[in-house]
Amino acid sequence: MTLQGWFLILAFIGLLLALTKPVGLWLHALYEGRRTPLHRVLGPVERGFYRLSGIDPAAEQGWRRYALHMLLFNVVLMAFTYAVLRLQGVLPGNPQRLAGLSPHLAFNTAISFATNTNWQSYGGESTMSNLSQMLGLAIHNFLSAATGIALAFALFRGFARAEAKTVGNFWADVTRVTLYLLLPLCIVYTLFLIASGVPQTLAATIEVDTLEGIRQVLATGPVASQEAIKMLGTNGGGFFNANSAHPFENPTALTNFVQMLSIFVVGFGLTWCFGRAVGNTRQGWAILSAMVILFLAGVTVTYWQEAAGNPVLHHLGVAGGNMEGKEVRFGIAASSLFAVVTTAASCGAVNAMHDSFTALGGMIPLFNMQLGEVVIGGVGAGIYGFLLFAILAVFVAGLMVGRTPEYVGKKIEAREVKLAVLAIAVLPLMILGLTALSSVAAQGLAGPLNKGPHGFSEILYAFTSAVGNNGSAFAGLTASTPWYDGLLGVAMWAGRFFVIVPMLAIAGSLAAKKHTPESAGSFPTTGGLWVGLLVGIILILGGLTFLPSLALGPIADHLAMIRGQLS
Amino acid sequence: MANTQTKSLFTADLVVPAIKASFLKLDPRELVRNPVMFVTAAVAALMTVLLVVGHDDLGLGFKLQLAVWLWLTVLFGTFAEALAEGRGKAQAASLRATKAELTAKRLRGADRDYDDVPASQLKVGDIVLVETGDLIPSDGDVVAGVASVNEAAITGESAPVIREAGGDRSAVTAGTRVISDEVRVKVTVEPGHGFLDRMIALVEGAERQKTPNEVALTILLVGLTIIFLIAVGTIPGFASYAGGSIPVAMLAALLVTLIPTTIAALLSAIGIAGMDRLVRFNVLAKSGRAVEAAGDVDVLLLDKTGTITIGDRQASEFRAVGGASEAELAEAALLASLADETPEGRSVVVLARDRFDLQRSMPRGCEVIPFTAQTRVSGLRFDGTLIQKGAVDSILRANPGSGETAAATELRRITDEIARAGGTPLAVAKDGRLLGAIFLKDVVKAGIRERFGELRTMGIRTVMITGDNPLTAAAIAAEAGVDDFLAQATPEDKLALIRKEQAGGKLVAMCGDGTNDAPALAQADVGVAMNTGTQAAREAGNMVDLDSDPTKLIEVVGLGKQLLMTRGALTTFSVANDVAKYFAIIPAMFVVLYPGLDVLNVMRLATPQSAILSAIIFNAVIIPLLVPLALKGVAYRPMGAGALLARNLAVYGLGGLVAPFVGIKIIDLVVGGIGLA
Repeated sequence: MTLQGWFLILAFIGLLLALTKPVGLWLHALYEGRRTPLHRVLGPVERGFYRLSGIDPAAEQGWRRYALHMLLFNVVLMAFTYAVLRLQGVLPGNPQRLAGLSPHLAFNTAISFATNTNWQSYGGESTMSNLSQMLGLAIHNFLSAATGIALAFALFRGFARAEAKTVGNFWADVTRVTLYLLLPLCIVYTLFLIASGVPQTLAATIEVDTLEGIRQVLATGPVASQEAIKMLGTNGGGFFNANSAHPFENPTALTNFVQMLSIFVVGFGLTWCFGRAVGNTRQGWAILSAMVILFLAGVTVTYWQEAAGNPVLHHLGVAGGNMEGKEVRFGIAASSLFAVVTTAASCGAVNAMHDSFTALGGMIPLFNMQLGEVVIGGVGAGIYGFLLFAILAVFVAGLMVGRTPEYVGKKIEAREVKLAVLAIAVLPLMILGLTALSSVAAQGLAGPLNKGPHGFSEILYAFTSAVGNNGSAFAGLTASTPWYDGLLGVAMWAGRFFVIVPMLAIAGSLAAKKHTPESAGSFPTTGGLWVGLLVGIILILGGLTFLPSLALGPIADHLAMIRGQLS
Repeated sequence: MANTQTKSLFTADLVVPAIKASFLKLDPRELVRNPVMFVTAAVAALMTVLLVVGHDDLGLGFKLQLAVWLWLTVLFGTFAEALAEGRGKAQAASLRATKAELTAKRLRGADRDYDDVPASQLKVGDIVLVETGDLIPSDGDVVAGVASVNEAAITGESAPVIREAGGDRSAVTAGTRVISDEVRVKVTVEPGHGFLDRMIALVEGAERQKTPNEVALTILLVGLTIIFLIAVGTIPGFASYAGGSIPVAMLAALLVTLIPTTIAALLSAIGIAGMDRLVRFNVLAKSGRAVEAAGDVDVLLLDKTGTITIGDRQASEFRAVGGASEAELAEAALLASLADETPEGRSVVVLARDRFDLQRSMPRGCEVIPFTAQTRVSGLRFDGTLIQKGAVDSILRANPGSGETAAATELRRITDEIARAGGTPLAVAKDGRLLGAIFLKDVVKAGIRERFGELRTMGIRTVMITGDNPLTAAAIAAEAGVDDFLAQATPEDKLALIRKEQAGGKLVAMCGDGTNDAPALAQADVGVAMNTGTQAAREAGNMVDLDSDPTKLIEVVGLGKQLLMTRGALTTFSVANDVAKYFAIIPAMFVVLYPGLDVLNVMRLATPQSAILSAIIFNAVIIPLLVPLALKGVAYRPMGAGALLARNLAVYGLGGLVAPFVGIKIIDLVVGGIGLA
């Protein structure tokens, strides 16, 4: 580990903390449907949308209607993408004349992008036409992110409102988030990326003469615009197979830094927006503190492990940290940080191959996802997932102050506990269940490249990534088979919507409750004690469930490594 | 029922029946009410079957021990519940004996003709005659007569109380005994639904329903169980990838140690014991829900008299007017009060003696003027001198012309001052001349100010309810340290105040006794009715205080909080325990697959088998070890939520993390030492 490396990490967090309030303020304006400076330009566009589709943005929806509209919206979009991918061969915008996708790959990919997972069972440049990228996939990059934020808004309203029947209007939330947040940010971001050297063209390839004097054909395309929303919306689906390790996606140290920032920035802002929504910004800061503590702990372990390197290689005379699978342009610190950021935030973009990390260095990304993608997490999904844990934490420990547990003025009772447990149980059920299934079935065993604990980690990582809607790959797993395409598709669907529906039900249930004013007798949910409690509960409830699987995967792997065996 | 007696938890007469009951409670139909223990029992049954049919490398002795400890885990849970119930059952038995011997003299008409009928045949509306020495056969209202009644059977208080027709002292309770005079009682409840029946059911825990928090907690525990079932159920798949298999016995052990057996085993015992504590405190809650609500209370409405101030006012100052000296006033006041046997009158005598060293006995040949409702003036006439004492207006009325004197103007000013200071003025006149006023002070109970301070740190607001005028009320409120007051309060004002607080999301507790308190008692989230109150009040409240001590409201809140805290503390403890258990069992289980995983064996437990056995033994014995805590409740001192949380998290959270590491290690040493594994 170097001083420079730590400076990078701390500067990164410092900058994000500085951005939290401004971004949060902007999000809060959208949450409340207030006018922003952009309304002057985009207001007519918003109103035009509503008029065209016959939506009354002021018509409030109860949680059931909100959930139903959200589900319909996603199913229709998914079907659309499925059709585009299957019909790719006959559709225009296909200069490389790529064939349509197989049914299982199209199924997997459509779910993957609709659920904000962006798991890629395919190599981007060799599978997707420009039209598929821009129409079939990019549309989800925006709308799945907007859906996540809209859902978080609905839950915020549940906490903020009292004796209310409604949690907002799904269409208005999605439209506002897309129009006033994601689109404008992406336009600026895209221009920055183009200026940094990321291509943005409709041509599929360029031919260049290399320094060695050889002609080389390089894949290209509308990369910069994809890249912007890939990060901001914590999507993570790369234009190229190599994702952000590819010099066309992530050309410089500066773009690398900005990409990491952009993965986290909306998630940080949402915590502030939550605090403001419930009338006490310290509530938001408390949540953010717990997230940042978990995040920094993860970064420390991964950076330490990667910098320490592999003793087996040290024996063979290869000194220094673990550089396998890392871009020399970024080095160990920036790659470790990126890996922890992208898995903490359910983004899934990668600038290094996680499969090549040391066992424990690679365990942290895995563990981040197993915690339920609540350490910052995906846009919207992170905070609503975190709030589910907060509800459980309040319930477990809240009784200890001698009152019915309350969180931000809402009593947490049987119904909320039941729904929160339901939502959280989806994680172990899908991750562990499907991993176990794949560990015994022949089709499952055919997937991993490596044998032993490392191979097990590959399967475990794939399902963890899918259920957590992360989408990063450990690599090493041949996933484009009917078995994995199918099961991973199911895992992504369950990981997203089986959590969302109970979460919205909680929002509805909370909104209907009275607001209990805070007093000296209320359970304190702002101070350091609460932050520590949150961290503890997340580690115990989220973490312990996965300890057996981690013991048989990365921990066994690590122990073999330090004992001098190459797995 | 005996008054709050602390009885040892583990006496033979409680423990032996509890052991018997703990086996009866293994009935699956009853166990299923507690899903976590049901799962544990199912696993224990499975292990028992595997003893016979299982085939793995584990020795029979080891598996036998596992099965025994698993069954013990379940039995410890049922024992805790049985022990908690047993404490109530003894009380219920004596109450039931009282109930069995009740017969009634049912009146046929307006005369004294009656039929002897068993109390169980009485109907609502029947009029019964209760004579000296009779037990009152049914709850009801006195419709004629006055009697003194010994209510020791339900309150434990042997001093008799007066029950009379009309007013707020008309309610009588079945099972209490008339010790003088006779009354006619109108039956107000159906047989089997009276106060005595409710008490029996309550102390027995027979009709115990899970309270809202208990339901929510059970759901959480079931959820955790499901999550850990998934975690353990998928291990065989993972192990098969690693090219091995894990014996079912080990999986069973891991599952049972991970699921929250500790809190699940103690949960119902905590609830029963919480209600029991209240009963021992001579407060009957009609439901567990009310006890929980008591913990949540934000606002306490407290009656001034009897709760905040001692019931009687005390003379504290003499204020002379019109040129009279203070000593002159004191002497007159003393003389006027010599025949006054009320506490206020006696306090005047005491004050005059203390302040001016006056010792006077009744002058020979004097004539006492008694206080009457008409004149509202009392006094003494001797040697041609007339001394009068009474309310300021009454004295002025009794002495025509005195109202226009300068002394009267001064007196009125002093009167205002006294009221503003929270006191009541009594004027004294000698032969028609105004001497001044006695300052009767409302004496705030010692220590009550500190109590209110504690309540404030707990986040509870106190509101004093009083019939006094706002000036007096404000002064007493300030002295007692209450947060707010409602002066010249009518029952409607009380009701409106409760509704207002509730609209703001607050929970309100109050106590009351009169019929006109009933609507407010019913509206309040916690309504404590005084046992001496009317039947209407007792029906409207959700708790009844048998001692009729309004100050208890504060303790009731504390008991409610203690109940919730005990549950929370043991839940936290139970969940925190899992960390150590993981570190005991995971390495033991997987070391055959990857020997390197032995580094996770941070406790350095001797062998895989002893590790598993130690974890399961710890998991079992922690239950009986925590039974006293579950039954007595966690130590509770009033403090702010932040401080409480810090303290309880340190004790039960950190303690829960650390204790099993130590415990399992010790058990492992013992297990190894005596060669169990």
